[in-house]
Amino acid sequence: MAVDTSSQSVAKAAGDSARGRSRGTGKRNGGSRGAVRRSLSTHWYAWAMVAPVVLVIGVIIGYPLVRGIWLSLTDANERNVERSIGVNHIPASYEFVGVDNYVDALTGSQFVGTLGWTLVWTVACVSVTFALGLVLANMLNRKMAGRGVYRMLLILPWAVPGFVSVFAWRFLYDERRGILNQLLAGGGIDAVPWLNDPTWAKFSVIAVNVWLGVPFMMVALLGGLQSIPGEMYEAAEMDGANAWQRFRHITLPGLRSVSTTVILLSTIWTFNMFPVIFLLTRGGPGEATQILVTQAYKFSFEISPRDYAQSSTWGVLILVLLMVFAAVYRRVLRKQGEVW
Amino acid sequence: MRRGIAATALVAALGVTLAACGSDSGSNDGGSKGSGELSGTVTWWDTSTVGSEDKVFKKIAADFTKKHPKVTIKYVNVPFGDAQNKFKNAAQSGSGAPDVIRSEVAWTPDFANLGYLAPLDGTAALKDQDDFLKQAAASTKYNGKTYAVPQVIDSMGIFYNKKIFKEAGVEVPKSIDELKSVAAKIKQKTGKTGLYLRGDDAYWFLSFLYGEGGDMVNADTKTVTIDNPAGVKAFKTVKDLVDSKAAITDATNGWDNMQAAFKDGKVAMMINGPWAVADTYTGKEFADKANLGIAPVPAGSAAQGAPQGGHNLAVYAGSKNLDASYAFVEYMSSTEVQAQVAKELSLLPTRTSAYGKTEVATNEMITFFKPVVDKAVERPWIPEGGSLFAPLVTEYTKVLTNQSTPEQGAKTAGDSYRKLLKDWK
Repeated sequence: MAVDTSSQSVAKAAGDSARGRSRGTGKRNGGSRGAVRRSLSTHWYAWAMVAPVVLVIGVIIGYPLVRGIWLSLTDANERNVERSIGVNHIPASYEFVGVDNYVDALTGSQFVGTLGWTLVWTVACVSVTFALGLVLANMLNRKMAGRGVYRMLLILPWAVPGFVSVFAWRFLYDERRGILNQLLAGGGIDAVPWLNDPTWAKFSVIAVNVWLGVPFMMVALLGGLQSIPGEMYEAAEMDGANAWQRFRHITLPGLRSVSTTVILLSTIWTFNMFPVIFLLTRGGPGEATQILVTQAYKFSFEISPRDYAQSSTWGVLILVLLMVFAAVYRRVLRKQGEVW
Repeated sequence: MRRGIAATALVAALGVTLAACGSDSGSNDGGSKGSGELSGTVTWWDTSTVGSEDKVFKKIAADFTKKHPKVTIKYVNVPFGDAQNKFKNAAQSGSGAPDVIRSEVAWTPDFANLGYLAPLDGTAALKDQDDFLKQAAASTKYNGKTYAVPQVIDSMGIFYNKKIFKEAGVEVPKSIDELKSVAAKIKQKTGKTGLYLRGDDAYWFLSFLYGEGGDMVNADTKTVTIDNPAGVKAFKTVKDLVDSKAAITDATNGWDNMQAAFKDGKVAMMINGPWAVADTYTGKEFADKANLGIAPVPAGSAAQGAPQGGHNLAVYAGSKNLDASYAFVEYMSSTEVQAQVAKELSLLPTRTSAYGKTEVATNEMITFFKPVVDKAVERPWIPEGGSLFAPLVTEYTKVLTNQSTPEQGAKTAGDSYRKLLKDWK
């Protein structure tokens, strides 16, 4: 729809300008400026259509990004940024400090420590979610009674707003009043300090994130499974391939393009999964479950004075890490012949 | 050409939309006092406990309009834990901030230092300044100016369940050692836990810190004292209470769990302040109010002391309706209102004259807490006062959950304090 209109208009606009204004640029001054001008005069309509989008993206993504990078190079905090309260106006008084914040973050133990747990959290969540999603998708891909109902039920965690389910889990996990421990007590098992013990808390947050993430994996992989032609399975069966061989040599390669995408997405989402950590444990006990984004949030909104510079530094580092990951991931896939 | 017009229109429309988004949609409710009569809207952010205290404050705030019928009071209850951050966000951006905020004593110098509060000297908000308790007024001053009016003052004590104590045949513990033996006896006789120790808020750690003769910082000598031997000992004390099962604790959701455990009679004691009284009375164990006993916090090896706290009422510097806000603050801190609050919620007045009223003088909780407050440990009212808790609570929880030793915890907290307080020893 939108694509059609714009291509038509570009063609039409190109025709217009060929007859009209383009004569002036016909001298071919060779430089890139000429090319820009020519492109502007030929495609002015396309540029006009793109302009609002560029503008909006520039305002809502570009400006905060550039400002974040700038703040990370200063010593900005709550006490020295610009404020205007009623009639009082307090001008900004923070200073440029170069890459000091980055040096501090990368040489200190806090960033590296938090990064370590963030990686464990991401890898654990993504791998378990993917494995469970794959199993469930395979099960639900078979013809069985009540398949529609099962599919609906398994999508449920996805349909509930994230913060609602995380709060529900928080009640379940409560050490003394939560249902989980009451069930365990019924079975004669001692109360488990789900969110009060650092190791258990790590386990608990991963479990909730897996619970939240499985529906997405399952639906995406189910879609992938349904695009694999049934004839291939029949042919393999004829050739005497057993179930494992069929799974290994037809299902997995058939799911490749879907799974590479969902793993990439899931990794990025999990790496920055703010609500689960923040609402379940607030990064605690102590800092045991603090991941990079929640720690960056803490710098900027929970401690006093709010350390905007350090928070931005962590934000930029998170961005760099994820960009590096995406680039490496893409390169690895391309080496294996995947077009992405 | 028709299409060209459409595109232009689209761009223009987008521009308008963006401009609309950017424009300040904050409401200006006027607040003129041309005829000398106050009018307009005053938004008040209250932080009192929901379900018990908030109803009373809402009613009292609404009564202000009886005196000033043209003023509308918008009462908003913001959970205490979120209020500091919410106010900072709103105050800095200049939109959505209330006219009046109930500011905890440690927040007041911080907000004032950031320029968010209107100085109140010489305004209608301050009346009979000499009537305020000296301790309460101290936290409202910053750099020689007054930025708030004291609303309530408080300290902490042991709340205990008399029935459980009778069942176990024990007396109220006066020291930490007694606390441990009492808890052991309660466990043995009734199967219940002795103490709920709040583990997710460092404010509840202070009485143990003072008990060992420690403190967070010493503002007179500009020294960080949290990591001295007394501080380490305090960390050891709380860890020992949890490890020996004399106390239970939680790393999250501590307030709700503490109140629930105590109100349901699952624990025999908790350390808490007057702000918890009204809520505690709603518990099934305390349907008979006489079952709630109260005693001074247990002494440590060196001293006995609880922190002095409380709340002030402050006016946002960017308020569009300053005059009505001043009048509202004055009303909320008047002797009559304080006496009413004291009667209904057992919160301690900040005006000397209020203590002369019968309903205050005969309130059991207030008669207990007044001498405690008089002896309570005053914190230094520096802008960083409120900043000292965030690093401390991390270490406090880490020590309680065995992630670091008391020595490490004290040292890390001290290091972060020195980073926070430039040039302090």
